[in-house]
Formats: sequence, structure tokens, C-alpha cells
Amino acid sequence: MGGLGSALRLSQSPVYMAVAACLVLVFLYFGMKPAAVVPGRLQAAAELSYKFIHNMAVDTIGPEGAAFFPFIFALFFFIMAGNYLGLIPFSFTFTSHIAVTLALALMVFLLSVIVSLKVQGLHFFAHFMPAGAPVWLAPLLIPIEILSFLSRPVSLSIRLFANMVAGHVMFDIFASFIIMLASLGFVGDVLAVGPLVINIALMGLELLVGALQAYVFAILTCIYLREAVAH
Amino acid sequence: MFPVRTMKAALTGIVPAVLSGAVLLVAEAPRAYASGMPQLDFANPLTLGQVFWGGVIFLLFFLALRGWALPKVETVLKSRDDRISGDLDLARNAKAEADRAVHELLQARRDAHAEAQAHLEKVVGAERDEAARRLAEMNARLEEEIGAAEAAVAQERSRALSSLRPIAAEAAAEIVGRLTGAQPDQDAVGRALPAHIS
Repeated sequence: MGGLGSALRLSQSPVYMAVAACLVLVFLYFGMKPAAVVPGRLQAAAELSYKFIHNMAVDTIGPEGAAFFPFIFALFFFIMAGNYLGLIPFSFTFTSHIAVTLALALMVFLLSVIVSLKVQGLHFFAHFMPAGAPVWLAPLLIPIEILSFLSRPVSLSIRLFANMVAGHVMFDIFASFIIMLASLGFVGDVLAVGPLVINIALMGLELLVGALQAYVFAILTCIYLREAVAH
Repeated sequence: MFPVRTMKAALTGIVPAVLSGAVLLVAEAPRAYASGMPQLDFANPLTLGQVFWGGVIFLLFFLALRGWALPKVETVLKSRDDRISGDLDLARNAKAEADRAVHELLQARRDAHAEAQAHLEKVVGAERDEAARRLAEMNARLEEEIGAAEAAVAQERSRALSSLRPIAAEAAAEIVGRLTGAQPDQDAVGRALPAHIS
């Protein structure tokens, strides 16, 4: 195997991506299996997740949002399942890898640029000069606008990556406190309850962050796409 | 009780096995940790390998969602919406039907009321006309009687007035006779009477 071959070796990251994707599909499969008029709990959850993303896509992007809905749905649940899978001890968090989040963000960025060019044509480039601004400010404004536009995938990817890394680093730090305190004997064992409690609370926080970051990623994607489809 | 006992036996076997497995994992775990930030270790080919695999998995995930999972949810939601709106339509139609029936009932009641009122007015009017006619008749008869009585009175009066002259002449002759002792001449008395006493 050459360099390419070793890059394509299956590491645990793709395994967890596949697990995340399969979990979401299994959730939808078993949720919608009864296809009942009056839904049970799992079906209600599946329908709720559908409606939640559908409303977000249509409300944010507009009527054209229905076309992007499967993409937004895939994005949101891929990220959220990845975030939550990473909270299981000894598992792997693929959303904590900048390579993965940057790839996702670049995909969103390229999609929004392609849609912009398709919908607005060359008028797309007029957005880099804010309407109503004095012309003599153009040499200043246009580079700023281009820079802010280009920084979108960077901020999008770093936000998710940094949140995931920070959460797991906090887990690691407080867990290492427990081990350090345990070496102090009985007093240390008693004191170690403190970081343990903090880690339990952090788990609650990370559950929130995991959903929130997936939501932020999805809603920002919606906002970029809204700008893309706007005439 | 047998299954419970076997379960207990199984549990007593499983729990230590799981615990020892967990201990082994924990013991193994530190070796699984990479030092520093493996995310930024781009020299490791696996770091960028994630992008390829992530792309493939995400694409398959997206296609599975778009082609299979999400349409399934949509079908269920749509059939429910259709059913609910169908039921709502049914209920709305039934309500319209009931409203129409109530309206017809009220209309019938109003018509009946109006008819009764008209009938009542007709009867009352007829009675009133009849009473007026009878009153007029009575008035006419009374007028007639009054007229007849007045005519009789006038006749009596004129008769009384026509016999006034002889009585006056007689009275005048009598007065003259008493005063003078001589009977006056009838013609002279007649001439002396004022002309307006006819």
C-alpha cells in the first residue's frame, strides 16, 4: 500500500461515521415501521425530527428550502449522532476532527456558492459591494466582504471542532484530577468525589452542546443557502 | 423460579466477566490515547483518510435519507394530514347540513308565525270592519230618527206658531173688553197686531 492506500485504511473514525449514519437510519426505520395514524413514542420522535428540520429549512430558506431539506436533515443528524456517539466512553468523536468538520463546512460552502451562481448568475458578485455604500469605500468594503465570505467555512468548521474538543478536554482534565487525588489515599478518595460530580454535570452540558452545535451548523447552512437562493 | 435462578447464575457469571473486561479496557485505554492533538497531526494519513470515508458515508447517508427514509416519513405525515383534513371536511359538511336544517326549521317557524299573524290580522280586520259597518248603520238610523224627530218638532212648532195670531187677537180683544167694557171690532184687533205675529 502506498500513501494513498494507507490513507484509505479504515480507521475507527469512518466506522463511527457509519455507525452514526446507520443509527439515524435505524431510528427512522423502526420509528416509521408502524406508520400509524396515531403515532407511538418512537414514531412521534421520528416525525418530530422530520418536522423540526423541515420547518427549519423552509422557514429559514423560504419555499425553495424544501429542495435542500434532505441535505440539511442529513447534515444535522450526521453531526448530532457523531457528537452523541462521542460521549460514550471509549468511543471516538469524528466531529472533533478538524479534517472532518472542515470537509463538511467546505461542502456547505461550495454548495452555497454553486447555488448562488446558478440562481443569481454574475449578479452574485454584486453582493460583495453592500448596496447603498459610497463608491469611494469600495476598495475597503469589497476585500472585507470577500474575506468575511471566505471565512464562513473556517468559522463553521472551527466552531464545531473546538466545541467538541473543548468538551472532551474538560472531561479528560477532571477525570485526571480524580486519578491524581486518588493517589493521596483516603482523603484524596473523598475529595475525588468533587471532579466526579463535575464530570457528571459536564456530561449533561455536553449533551446540550452536542445537539446545539449540530443545530448551529444546520441553521447556518440554511442561512447561507437562503442568501444563495435570494434574488 | 427456575428461570430466575438461571438468570441469577448467568448474572453472577456475566458481571465479573464484564467488570474484568472493563478493567482490561481501562488498562488498555491509555495506550489508545494519542498524545497532544491527533486532529492536527496531518502527517498521519488516517487524518485525511477521514475526509474520503466521511464523504462516501455522508453521500450514502444522504442518498438513503432522500430516497428512502424521508419519503417514508413524508408519506405517513401526508396521509395523516389528508385523513385529518378529510375528517374535518366531513365534519364541516355535517355541520353545514345541520345548520341548513336548523335554518329551515327556523324559516318554517317564522313562516308559520307570519301566516298566523296574517290570519289573525285578517280576522281582526274583518271584525273591525264589521263593527264599523254596524256602527255606521246605527249612526245612519239614529241620524234618520233624529231627522224625523226634528221634522216633527219643526212641524209642531210651525203649527203652534200658525195658531198664535188668533190666540193673540183673542187675548187682545179680551184685554180691551175688560179695560173698556166694549167688545172691539175683530178687524181692528187684527190690524193692530204686529205684522210679525203670523
